[in-house]
Amino acid sequence: MNFLKHQRWSPYLVGSLIGILSWFAFVTADRAIGVSTALARTAGMAELTVAPVHVQTNPYFLRFRPAVDWEWMLVLGIVLGAFVSSRLSGDKPQTDVPPLWRSRFGPSARKRYAGAFAGGMILILGARLAGGCTSGNGISGSLQLALSGWVFFGSLFVSGLATAFLIYGKENSRA
Amino acid sequence: MLDPISKILLGLVTGFFFGFFLQKGQVTKFSVIVGQFLLRDFTVLKTMLTAIVVGGVGVYALRAMGLATLHVKPAQLAAVAIGGLVFGVGMVLLGYCPGTGVAAAAEGHRDAMFGVLGMFAGSAVFAELYGFFSATVMKWFDLGPITLPELTGIPSWLIFGCLGTASILLFLKIEKLERR
Repeated sequence: MNFLKHQRWSPYLVGSLIGILSWFAFVTADRAIGVSTALARTAGMAELTVAPVHVQTNPYFLRFRPAVDWEWMLVLGIVLGAFVSSRLSGDKPQTDVPPLWRSRFGPSARKRYAGAFAGGMILILGARLAGGCTSGNGISGSLQLALSGWVFFGSLFVSGLATAFLIYGKENSRA
Repeated sequence: MLDPISKILLGLVTGFFFGFFLQKGQVTKFSVIVGQFLLRDFTVLKTMLTAIVVGGVGVYALRAMGLATLHVKPAQLAAVAIGGLVFGVGMVLLGYCPGTGVAAAAEGHRDAMFGVLGMFAGSAVFAELYGFFSATVMKWFDLGPITLPELTGIPSWLIFGCLGTASILLFLKIEKLERR
C-alpha cells in the first residue's frame, strides 16, 4: 500500500479516478458531483441560528433548503478524505503565505487571509450565479456535455488567465 | 435531512474518495491552481480534461444501458458566462476553488480556511440577491438544460471521440513543453 503514502499521483490517474467516481455517483445516488450548493446550504444553517424567520422566507433558501443532503455529506467527505490523504503522505503546509503571493503582496499572513476571504466571497458569488463551481459545472456539467458546463469552463479560464497575468505579471509565467 | 440515510452515507463515501483524489492530485495547492492560470503548471487542466473524458464516456454508456440519467444544469448563458468570469477572479485571488478549498483547509492551509469562511459569507450575500438575479440575468439567453448533442445534432460518441483525441494531443504537447 505504498502508493497511498505517495505525495503526488499523476494528474491523468487522478482525473481518471474522479471520472470513475462520477460513474459511481450517477449510478448509486443518481446525482452529479458538486460542491457549492452544499456550501450555500451551510451558510443558511448558520443564518438559521440568528435569523430563522428571515431564512425561512428567503426565496433562495426556499429553493435550496438549509439542510443536510447527499451533496452536503459529500463535502464533509472531502474534508475527511483530504485529511487522511495528506496525513498518509506527511504532506503538510510549509508556510502560511504562498511564495507567489508573498512575491506580490509581501509576507503579511493577515493580508493573505483577507485576500483569501475576499476571493472566497467573489468565487462563490460567481458559482451561485452560474449554478455551479469547478466540480458541478466544470467537471460534472462538461462530462455530461452540458452547454452550461462548457460555457462555464471557457469563461472561468479566460477570466482566470486575465486575472493571474494582471496580478502576477508575465515575469511569473513561463509562457 | 433531505435524503434517506443510505444516500447520506453514499454521499460521505463519494466525498471521501473525491477529497482523497484531489489531495493526491495536488490541486489543493495555491501554487498549482494559480500556476495553471500563469501557464506554468498544467495539473488542473490535465486533471479536469481527463475526468471529463473518462467520466463522460462512462456516464453516457451507463445511460445507454439504462443505469444512469443525466442531470444537466440550465444553459442560462448570461448568468453562466458572467458567473464564470466572476468565479475566475475569485479563484485566482483565493488560489483554490470550492472543492479544492475545502480539501486544502482539511490539509491544514489556513488561507483556505479563511477562503471557505468567505464562501459562506458570499453564499449569504447571494441568497439576498437571488430574487433580483433570478428575475434578470438568470433569465437572459436561457436555453434550458440543453446538451451539446441536442444543440448541434452531433452524436455524443463523435463529440467524445474528438474531445478525447484533442485532449491526448494537447497532453502530448504539454508534456513536451514541460520537459524543456
